[in-house]
Amino acid sequence: MENKKRIVMDADRIDRSISRIAYEMLEDNKGAEDMIVIAIRTGGILLARRIREKISHIEGVEVPLGILDITLYRDDVIMRGKKPKMGETDIPFSLDDKRVILVDDVIFTGRTIRAAPDALMDFGRPRLIRLAVLVDRGHRELPIQPDYVGEKLPSAFWEEVSVNLSESGGSDEVLIL
Amino acid sequence: MTPASDNAITLTRKDLLGLKDLSRDEINLVLDTAESFKEISTRTIKKVPTLRGTTVINLFYEASTRTRTSFEIAAKRLSADTVNISASTSSVVKGETLVDTAKTLEAMNPDIIVIRHSCAGAPHILARLVSQSIINAGDGFHEHPTQALLDLLTIRQRKGGIEGLKVVIVGDIQHSRVARSNVYGMTTMGARVTLCGPAILIPRSVEQMGVTVETDMKKAVRGADVVMMLRMQFERQRSIVFPSIREYSQLFCLTGDTLELAKKDAIVMHPGPINRGTEIAPEVADGPRSVILDQVSNGVAVRMALLYLLAGGRQ
Repeated sequence: MENKKRIVMDADRIDRSISRIAYEMLEDNKGAEDMIVIAIRTGGILLARRIREKISHIEGVEVPLGILDITLYRDDVIMRGKKPKMGETDIPFSLDDKRVILVDDVIFTGRTIRAAPDALMDFGRPRLIRLAVLVDRGHRELPIQPDYVGEKLPSAFWEEVSVNLSESGGSDEVLIL
Repeated sequence: MTPASDNAITLTRKDLLGLKDLSRDEINLVLDTAESFKEISTRTIKKVPTLRGTTVINLFYEASTRTRTSFEIAAKRLSADTVNISASTSSVVKGETLVDTAKTLEAMNPDIIVIRHSCAGAPHILARLVSQSIINAGDGFHEHPTQALLDLLTIRQRKGGIEGLKVVIVGDIQHSRVARSNVYGMTTMGARVTLCGPAILIPRSVEQMGVTVETDMKKAVRGADVVMMLRMQFERQRSIVFPSIREYSQLFCLTGDTLELAKKDAIVMHPGPINRGTEIAPEVADGPRSVILDQVSNGVAVRMALLYLLAGGRQ
Protein backbone atom coordinates (compact mmCIF):
# COMPACT_ATOMS: atom_id res chain seq x y z
CA MET A 1 0.00 0.00 0.00
CA GLU A 2 1.42 3.32 -1.02
CA ASN A 3 2.28 5.82 1.66
CA LYS A 4 0.85 9.16 0.66
CA LYS A 5 1.80 12.25 2.53
CA ARG A 6 -1.27 14.42 3.13
CA ILE A 7 -1.03 17.99 4.25
CA VAL A 8 -3.94 18.43 6.61
CA MET A 9 -3.12 21.89 7.96
CA ASP A 10 -1.30 24.57 6.05
CA ALA A 11 0.48 27.63 7.41
CA ASP A 12 -2.63 29.83 7.59
CA ARG A 13 -4.73 27.23 9.40
CA ILE A 14 -1.93 26.64 11.85
CA ASP A 15 -1.58 30.32 12.52
CA ARG A 16 -5.30 30.79 13.12
CA SER A 17 -5.36 27.82 15.46
CA ILE A 18 -2.46 29.17 17.47
CA SER A 19 -4.15 32.56 17.70
CA ARG A 20 -7.36 30.98 18.90
CA ILE A 21 -5.54 28.89 21.48
CA ALA A 22 -3.79 31.99 22.80
CA TYR A 23 -7.08 33.93 23.02
CA GLU A 24 -8.82 31.03 24.75
CA MET A 25 -6.01 30.74 27.27
CA LEU A 26 -6.16 34.45 28.06
CA GLU A 27 -9.94 34.41 28.27
CA ASP A 28 -9.97 31.51 30.75
CA ASN A 29 -7.21 33.04 32.76
CA LYS A 30 -8.66 36.54 32.57
CA GLY A 31 -5.34 37.85 31.40
CA ALA A 32 -1.78 36.64 31.62
CA GLU A 33 -1.25 36.98 35.36
CA ASP A 34 0.56 34.08 37.04
CA MET A 35 0.53 32.23 33.75
CA ILE A 36 3.45 29.96 32.92
CA VAL A 37 3.92 28.03 29.70
CA ILE A 38 5.73 24.72 29.95
CA ALA A 39 6.68 23.06 26.68
CA ILE A 40 6.92 19.29 26.55
CA ARG A 41 10.16 18.37 24.85
CA THR A 42 10.54 18.15 21.95
CA GLY A 43 7.29 18.57 20.07
CA GLY A 44 5.95 21.34 22.27
CA ILE A 45 8.88 23.73 22.22
CA LEU A 46 8.41 25.67 18.97
CA LEU A 47 4.65 25.70 19.45
CA ALA A 48 5.02 27.04 22.99
CA ARG A 49 7.23 29.85 21.75
CA ARG A 50 4.64 30.79 19.13
CA ILE A 51 1.87 30.82 21.69
CA ARG A 52 3.98 33.02 23.91
CA GLU A 53 4.58 35.41 21.03
CA LYS A 54 0.85 35.66 20.40
CA ILE A 55 0.19 36.37 24.05
CA SER A 56 2.86 39.00 23.94
CA HIS A 57 1.14 40.68 20.94
CA ILE A 58 -2.27 40.53 22.56
CA GLU A 59 -1.50 41.37 26.17
CA GLY A 60 1.92 42.97 25.88
CA VAL A 61 3.28 40.59 28.49
CA GLU A 62 6.11 38.04 28.33
CA VAL A 63 4.91 34.87 29.97
CA PRO A 64 7.69 32.70 31.47
CA LEU A 65 8.58 29.61 29.46
CA GLY A 66 9.99 26.36 30.78
CA ILE A 67 10.92 23.14 29.03
CA LEU A 68 10.01 19.79 30.47
CA ASP A 69 11.57 16.50 29.45
CA ILE A 70 9.33 13.66 30.50
CA THR A 71 11.50 10.76 29.31
CA LEU A 72 12.27 9.62 32.83
CA TYR A 73 8.60 9.64 33.81
CA ARG A 74 7.31 7.56 30.92
CA ASP A 75 5.59 4.32 31.84
CA ASP A 76 7.54 2.35 29.27
CA VAL A 77 11.10 3.60 29.76
CA ILE A 78 12.79 0.59 31.24
CA MET A 79 10.67 -1.97 29.51
CA ARG A 80 12.44 -1.40 26.26
CA GLY A 81 16.01 -2.15 25.29
CA LYS A 82 16.31 1.11 23.40
CA LYS A 83 16.00 4.10 25.65
CA PRO A 84 14.55 7.29 24.20
CA LYS A 85 17.04 10.12 23.98
CA MET A 86 16.83 12.35 27.01
CA GLY A 87 16.91 16.08 26.90
CA GLU A 88 17.34 18.57 29.70
CA THR A 89 14.51 19.93 31.74
CA ASP A 90 14.81 23.68 32.15
CA ILE A 91 12.40 25.22 34.59
CA PRO A 92 14.38 28.00 36.26
CA PHE A 93 11.51 29.40 38.34
CA SER A 94 9.08 28.25 40.98
CA LEU A 95 5.73 26.82 39.93
CA ASP A 96 4.12 27.40 43.31
CA ASP A 97 0.65 28.86 42.98
CA LYS A 98 1.05 29.49 39.26
CA ARG A 99 -1.29 28.66 36.41
CA VAL A 100 0.68 26.29 34.25
CA ILE A 101 -0.18 25.58 30.64
CA LEU A 102 1.44 22.46 29.28
CA VAL A 103 2.04 22.60 25.55
CA ASP A 104 2.60 19.75 23.14
CA ASP A 105 2.15 19.52 19.40
CA VAL A 106 0.04 16.35 19.17
CA ILE A 107 -1.97 14.37 21.68
CA PHE A 108 -2.44 10.73 20.76
CA THR A 109 -2.69 7.91 23.32
CA GLY A 110 -2.17 10.35 26.16
CA ARG A 111 0.73 8.45 27.70
CA THR A 112 3.26 11.19 27.08
CA ILE A 113 1.04 13.84 28.60
CA ARG A 114 0.13 11.63 31.56
CA ALA A 115 3.73 11.78 32.68
CA ALA A 116 3.86 15.58 32.64
CA PRO A 117 1.90 16.58 35.78
CA ASP A 118 3.90 13.97 37.75
CA ALA A 119 7.10 15.64 36.62
CA LEU A 120 5.76 19.13 37.32
CA MET A 121 4.70 18.30 40.85
CA ASP A 122 8.36 17.71 41.67
CA PHE A 123 9.00 21.36 40.84
CA GLY A 124 6.39 22.87 43.05
CA ARG A 125 2.66 23.08 43.56
CA PRO A 126 0.91 24.84 40.67
CA ARG A 127 -2.49 26.35 41.31
CA LEU A 128 -3.72 24.60 38.22
CA ILE A 129 -2.40 22.80 35.15
CA ARG A 130 -4.04 23.04 31.73
CA LEU A 131 -3.12 21.39 28.48
CA ALA A 132 -2.84 22.98 25.04
CA VAL A 133 -2.18 20.95 21.88
CA LEU A 134 -2.19 21.86 18.22
CA VAL A 135 -3.58 18.53 17.05
CA ASP A 136 -5.80 15.95 18.75
CA ARG A 137 -5.59 12.83 16.67
CA GLY A 138 -7.75 10.59 18.86
CA HIS A 139 -7.01 7.02 20.03
CA ARG A 140 -6.75 7.87 23.70
CA GLU A 141 -5.62 5.04 25.98
CA LEU A 142 -5.85 7.05 29.18
CA PRO A 143 -8.47 9.47 30.50
CA ILE A 144 -6.55 12.59 29.51
CA GLN A 145 -8.12 15.42 27.49
CA PRO A 146 -6.66 18.71 26.29
CA ASP A 147 -8.21 22.00 27.41
CA TYR A 148 -7.21 23.93 24.31
CA VAL A 149 -7.09 22.24 20.92
CA GLY A 150 -6.06 23.62 17.56
CA GLU A 151 -7.74 20.95 15.44
CA LYS A 152 -9.25 17.55 15.91
CA LEU A 153 -7.79 15.36 13.16
CA PRO A 154 -9.14 11.86 12.76
CA SER A 155 -6.31 9.50 11.92
CA ALA A 156 -5.71 5.80 11.70
CA PHE A 157 -3.69 4.34 14.56
CA TRP A 158 -0.86 3.24 12.30
CA GLU A 159 -0.53 6.62 10.59
CA GLU A 160 2.02 9.15 11.72
CA VAL A 161 1.00 12.73 12.34
CA SER A 162 3.79 15.21 12.02
CA VAL A 163 3.74 18.87 12.95
CA ASN A 164 6.42 20.97 11.27
CA LEU A 165 6.94 24.59 12.14
CA SER A 166 9.08 26.76 9.92
CA GLU A 167 11.58 27.56 12.68
CA SER A 168 12.91 24.04 12.26
CA GLY A 169 13.22 24.31 8.52
CA GLY A 170 10.62 23.96 5.76
CA SER A 171 7.21 25.54 6.02
CA ASP A 172 4.41 25.40 8.56
CA GLU A 173 2.38 22.31 7.97
CA VAL A 174 0.75 19.36 9.64
CA LEU A 175 1.18 16.11 7.74
CA ILE A 176 -0.30 12.68 7.97
CA LEU A 177 2.16 10.07 6.76
CA MET B 1 4.22 14.04 21.02
CA THR B 2 7.61 12.49 20.52
CA PRO B 3 7.34 8.80 19.72
CA ALA B 4 9.78 6.81 21.79
CA SER B 5 11.12 5.06 18.74
CA ASP B 6 12.54 8.36 17.44
CA ASN B 7 16.08 9.06 18.59
CA ALA B 8 16.18 5.77 20.46
CA ILE B 9 19.62 5.08 21.83
CA THR B 10 21.15 2.00 23.33
CA LEU B 11 24.07 0.71 25.18
CA THR B 12 23.90 -2.74 23.66
CA ARG B 13 26.10 -4.35 26.24
CA LYS B 14 24.74 -6.13 29.28
CA ASP B 15 27.51 -4.97 31.63
CA LEU B 16 29.96 -2.16 32.19
CA LEU B 17 33.20 -3.88 33.03
CA GLY B 18 35.83 -1.49 31.77
CA LEU B 19 36.66 1.32 29.40
CA LYS B 20 39.03 -0.78 27.34
CA ASP B 21 36.34 -1.90 24.92
CA LEU B 22 34.03 1.08 25.07
CA SER B 23 33.78 2.92 21.76
CA ARG B 24 33.79 6.68 21.39
CA ASP B 25 30.07 6.59 20.59
CA GLU B 26 29.31 4.63 23.71
CA ILE B 27 31.35 6.98 25.86
CA ASN B 28 29.59 9.98 24.34
CA LEU B 29 26.25 8.33 24.97
CA VAL B 30 27.04 7.90 28.66
CA LEU B 31 28.39 11.44 28.99
CA ASP B 32 25.41 13.01 27.17
CA THR B 33 22.97 11.05 29.29
CA ALA B 34 24.83 12.02 32.45
CA GLU B 35 24.56 15.70 31.48
CA SER B 36 20.79 15.40 31.38
CA PHE B 37 20.80 13.74 34.77
CA LYS B 38 22.81 16.50 36.44
CA GLU B 39 19.76 18.73 36.62
CA ILE B 40 17.84 16.31 38.81
CA SER B 41 20.33 16.71 41.64
CA THR B 42 19.60 20.43 41.72
CA ARG B 43 15.86 20.03 42.28
CA THR B 44 14.17 20.22 45.65
CA ILE B 45 12.72 16.78 45.07
CA LYS B 46 15.73 14.92 43.74
CA LYS B 47 13.88 11.91 42.46
CA VAL B 48 12.45 10.59 39.24
CA PRO B 49 10.38 7.42 39.04
CA THR B 50 12.32 5.82 36.20
CA LEU B 51 13.80 2.79 37.95
CA ARG B 52 10.93 2.30 40.35
CA GLY B 53 10.75 -1.35 41.32
CA THR B 54 14.26 -2.22 40.19
CA THR B 55 16.80 -3.53 42.66
CA VAL B 56 20.44 -2.51 42.66
CA ILE B 57 22.84 -4.49 44.81
CA ASN B 58 26.12 -2.89 45.87
CA LEU B 59 28.47 -5.78 46.46
CA PHE B 60 31.64 -4.29 47.90
CA TYR B 61 34.45 -6.63 48.84
CA GLU B 62 36.74 -3.65 49.40
CA ALA B 63 36.14 -0.68 51.63
CA SER B 64 34.71 2.37 49.96
CA THR B 65 32.76 5.37 51.09
CA ARG B 66 32.64 7.70 48.15
CA THR B 67 32.03 5.19 45.35
CA ARG B 68 29.47 3.19 47.21
CA THR B 69 27.63 6.26 48.47
CA SER B 70 27.68 7.69 44.99
CA PHE B 71 26.10 4.54 43.53
CA GLU B 72 23.57 4.41 46.32
CA ILE B 73 22.50 8.00 45.84
CA ALA B 74 22.38 7.52 42.08
CA ALA B 75 20.10 4.50 42.40
CA LYS B 76 17.84 6.17 44.94
CA ARG B 77 17.45 9.30 42.82
CA LEU B 78 16.09 7.02 40.12
CA SER B 79 13.68 5.47 42.66
CA ALA B 80 15.46 2.12 42.59
CA ASP B 81 15.79 0.01 45.72
CA THR B 82 19.34 -0.47 46.93
CA VAL B 83 20.97 -3.15 49.00
CA ASN B 84 24.51 -2.77 50.33
CA ILE B 85 26.60 -5.83 50.99
CA SER B 86 30.08 -5.36 52.35
CA ALA B 87 32.22 -8.45 52.50
CA SER B 88 33.40 -8.00 56.06
CA THR B 89 29.88 -8.31 57.43
CA SER B 90 28.57 -10.95 55.06
CA SER B 91 28.90 -14.68 54.65
CA VAL B 92 32.14 -14.09 52.78
CA VAL B 93 33.61 -14.09 56.27
CA LYS B 94 32.27 -17.64 56.56
CA GLY B 95 34.19 -18.59 53.47
CA GLU B 96 31.53 -18.27 50.78
CA THR B 97 33.04 -18.07 47.32
CA LEU B 98 32.35 -15.32 44.83
CA VAL B 99 30.54 -17.78 42.60
CA ASP B 100 28.21 -18.93 45.36
CA THR B 101 27.57 -15.38 46.49
CA ALA B 102 26.72 -14.47 42.92
CA LYS B 103 24.38 -17.40 42.41
CA THR B 104 22.65 -16.71 45.70
CA LEU B 105 22.09 -13.10 44.75
CA GLU B 106 20.90 -14.04 41.29
CA ALA B 107 18.28 -16.25 42.82
CA MET B 108 16.83 -13.20 44.53
CA ASN B 109 16.42 -11.55 41.14
CA PRO B 110 18.03 -8.15 41.43
CA ASP B 111 18.38 -6.07 38.29
CA ILE B 112 21.87 -4.65 38.57
CA ILE B 113 24.86 -5.69 40.67
CA VAL B 114 27.62 -3.18 41.32
CA ILE B 115 30.78 -4.92 42.44
CA ARG B 116 34.09 -3.78 43.84
CA HIS B 117 36.66 -6.50 44.43
CA SER B 118 40.37 -6.74 45.09
CA CYS B 119 40.85 -9.30 42.31
CA ALA B 120 41.11 -8.13 38.74
CA GLY B 121 38.52 -9.90 36.66
CA ALA B 122 36.04 -10.61 39.45
CA PRO B 123 33.32 -8.52 37.78
CA HIS B 124 33.99 -10.35 34.53
CA ILE B 125 33.45 -13.72 36.18
CA LEU B 126 30.22 -12.44 37.67
CA ALA B 127 29.09 -11.11 34.31
CA ARG B 128 29.45 -14.52 32.73
CA LEU B 129 27.74 -16.31 35.58
CA VAL B 130 24.61 -14.29 36.21
CA SER B 131 22.01 -12.81 33.96
CA GLN B 132 21.95 -9.47 35.76
CA SER B 133 23.84 -6.43 34.54
CA ILE B 134 27.17 -6.02 36.29
CA ILE B 135 28.88 -2.70 36.87
CA ASN B 136 32.56 -2.75 37.81
CA ALA B 137 33.19 -0.35 40.69
CA GLY B 138 36.87 -1.23 40.78
CA ASP B 139 38.62 -4.57 40.36
CA GLY B 140 42.08 -4.84 41.88
CA PHE B 141 44.57 -2.74 39.96
CA HIS B 142 42.71 -3.31 36.73
CA GLU B 143 39.90 -0.86 35.96
CA HIS B 144 37.56 1.64 37.60
CA PRO B 145 35.40 2.60 34.64
CA THR B 146 32.85 4.81 36.39
CA GLN B 147 35.63 6.97 37.80
CA ALA B 148 37.14 7.46 34.36
CA LEU B 149 33.74 8.30 32.90
CA LEU B 150 33.12 10.97 35.48
CA ASP B 151 36.62 12.30 34.87
CA LEU B 152 35.92 12.49 31.15
CA LEU B 153 32.65 14.27 31.80
CA THR B 154 34.37 16.80 34.04
CA ILE B 155 37.02 17.50 31.44
CA ARG B 156 34.42 17.81 28.70
CA GLN B 157 32.39 20.29 30.75
CA ARG B 158 35.35 22.47 31.65
CA LYS B 159 37.20 22.31 28.38
CA GLY B 160 34.37 21.95 25.89
CA GLY B 161 35.79 18.68 24.58
CA ILE B 162 38.47 16.07 25.13
CA GLU B 163 40.12 15.62 21.74
CA GLY B 164 43.66 16.95 21.48
CA LEU B 165 44.01 17.97 25.12
CA LYS B 166 47.24 17.28 26.94
CA VAL B 167 46.39 15.28 30.05
CA VAL B 168 48.98 14.42 32.68
CA ILE B 169 48.33 11.71 35.26
CA VAL B 170 50.76 11.76 38.19
CA GLY B 171 51.31 9.16 40.88
CA ASP B 172 51.49 5.47 41.51
CA ILE B 173 50.40 4.41 38.04
CA GLN B 174 51.34 0.78 38.58
CA HIS B 175 48.71 0.25 41.24
CA SER B 176 46.08 2.60 39.91
CA ARG B 177 42.92 1.31 38.31
CA VAL B 178 41.83 4.92 37.96
CA ALA B 179 44.87 5.59 35.79
CA ARG B 180 44.25 2.54 33.64
CA SER B 181 40.63 3.27 32.94
CA ASN B 182 41.44 6.90 32.25
CA VAL B 183 44.18 5.95 29.82
CA TYR B 184 41.76 3.74 27.89
CA GLY B 185 39.01 6.33 27.95
CA MET B 186 41.12 9.34 27.14
CA THR B 187 42.99 7.74 24.29
CA THR B 188 39.69 6.59 22.80
CA MET B 189 38.43 10.17 23.01
CA GLY B 190 41.57 11.53 21.36
CA ALA B 191 43.42 13.14 24.25
CA ARG B 192 47.23 13.04 24.53
CA VAL B 193 48.11 11.34 27.79
CA THR B 194 51.36 11.63 29.70
CA LEU B 195 51.99 9.39 32.70
CA CYS B 196 54.30 10.66 35.39
CA GLY B 197 55.61 9.12 38.58
CA PRO B 198 58.56 7.28 40.07
CA ALA B 199 60.01 5.06 37.38
CA ILE B 200 59.48 1.97 39.46
CA LEU B 201 55.78 2.71 39.69
CA ILE B 202 55.24 3.07 35.95
CA PRO B 203 54.45 -0.24 34.27
CA ARG B 204 56.96 -1.40 31.73
CA SER B 205 56.00 -0.90 28.06
CA VAL B 206 53.01 1.20 29.06
CA GLU B 207 53.72 3.27 25.97
CA GLN B 208 51.93 0.52 24.08
CA MET B 209 48.73 1.97 25.47
CA GLY B 210 49.39 5.08 23.40
CA VAL B 211 50.77 7.29 26.15
CA THR B 212 53.99 9.18 26.85
CA VAL B 213 56.00 8.55 29.98
CA GLU B 214 57.87 11.29 31.85
CA THR B 215 59.44 10.82 35.24
CA ASP B 216 60.30 14.49 35.73
CA MET B 217 57.16 16.13 37.02
CA LYS B 218 58.05 19.63 35.90
CA LYS B 219 58.58 18.44 32.35
CA ALA B 220 55.41 16.38 32.46
CA VAL B 221 53.17 19.19 33.65
CA ARG B 222 54.52 21.79 31.23
CA GLY B 223 51.77 22.94 28.87
CA ALA B 224 49.19 20.53 30.26
CA ASP B 225 45.47 21.21 29.92
CA VAL B 226 44.56 18.74 32.66
CA VAL B 227 46.65 17.65 35.63
CA MET B 228 45.28 14.60 37.40
CA MET B 229 46.88 13.63 40.70
CA LEU B 230 46.56 10.15 42.10
CA ARG B 231 46.57 9.33 45.75
CA MET B 232 49.87 7.90 46.90
CA GLN B 233 48.60 4.70 48.33
CA PHE B 234 50.79 4.07 51.27
CA GLU B 235 48.58 1.33 52.57
CA ARG B 236 49.31 -0.69 49.49
CA GLN B 237 53.03 -0.93 49.47
CA ARG B 238 54.30 0.79 52.59
CA SER B 239 57.89 1.89 52.32
CA ILE B 240 59.05 -0.48 49.60
CA VAL B 241 59.32 2.19 47.00
CA PHE B 242 59.97 5.38 48.91
CA PRO B 243 61.84 5.80 52.15
CA SER B 244 59.49 8.53 53.19
CA ILE B 245 56.37 10.40 52.26
CA ARG B 246 58.43 13.58 52.26
CA GLU B 247 60.72 12.32 49.55
CA TYR B 248 57.77 11.41 47.37
CA SER B 249 56.24 14.82 47.92
CA GLN B 250 59.38 16.67 47.04
CA LEU B 251 59.37 15.07 43.62
CA PHE B 252 55.72 14.53 42.86
CA CYS B 253 53.54 16.84 44.88
CA LEU B 254 51.48 19.29 42.87
CA THR B 255 52.35 22.65 44.35
CA GLY B 256 51.26 26.06 43.14
CA ASP B 257 54.69 26.55 41.55
CA THR B 258 54.51 23.33 39.59
CA LEU B 259 51.00 24.12 38.48
CA GLU B 260 52.28 27.39 37.00
CA LEU B 261 54.05 25.30 34.37
CA ALA B 262 50.77 24.03 33.02
CA LYS B 263 48.52 26.11 30.79
CA LYS B 264 46.94 29.19 32.33
CA ASP B 265 43.50 27.57 32.23
CA ALA B 266 44.57 24.06 33.17
CA ILE B 267 42.34 22.16 35.55
CA VAL B 268 43.41 20.07 38.52
CA MET B 269 41.74 16.73 39.16
CA HIS B 270 41.95 14.03 41.81
CA PRO B 271 39.82 10.92 42.28
CA GLY B 272 39.89 11.33 46.05
CA PRO B 273 40.38 10.94 48.88
CA ILE B 274 43.21 13.47 48.83
CA ASN B 275 46.28 13.38 51.04
CA ARG B 276 46.76 17.09 51.61
CA GLY B 277 50.41 17.93 51.36
CA THR B 278 51.48 14.54 50.03
CA GLU B 279 50.48 14.48 46.39
CA ILE B 280 48.67 17.79 46.29
CA ALA B 281 49.26 21.03 48.14
CA PRO B 282 46.23 22.21 50.12
CA GLU B 283 46.05 25.58 48.36
CA VAL B 284 45.97 23.81 44.99
CA ALA B 285 43.32 21.33 46.10
CA ASP B 286 41.16 24.20 47.31
CA GLY B 287 42.22 26.63 44.61
CA PRO B 288 40.27 28.03 41.64
CA ARG B 289 41.60 25.51 39.14
CA SER B 290 40.63 22.50 41.16
CA VAL B 291 37.58 20.63 39.86
CA ILE B 292 37.74 17.91 42.48
CA LEU B 293 34.28 18.59 43.86
CA ASP B 294 32.81 18.79 40.35
CA GLN B 295 34.15 15.30 39.85
CA VAL B 296 32.16 14.11 42.82
CA SER B 297 28.85 15.58 41.65
CA ASN B 298 29.50 14.35 38.15
CA GLY B 299 30.03 10.93 39.67
CA VAL B 300 26.43 10.73 40.80
CA ALA B 301 25.19 11.85 37.38
CA VAL B 302 27.39 9.33 35.53
CA ARG B 303 26.26 6.50 37.76
CA MET B 304 22.64 7.50 37.28
CA ALA B 305 23.23 7.45 33.54
CA LEU B 306 24.74 3.97 33.67
CA LEU B 307 21.98 2.53 35.83
CA TYR B 308 19.43 4.06 33.48
CA LEU B 309 21.12 2.80 30.31
CA LEU B 310 21.72 -0.72 31.61
CA ALA B 311 18.37 -1.26 33.33
CA GLY B 312 15.69 -3.32 31.65
CA GLY B 313 17.92 -3.76 28.69
CA ARG B 314 17.51 -7.37 27.97
CA GLN B 315 14.19 -7.49 26.18
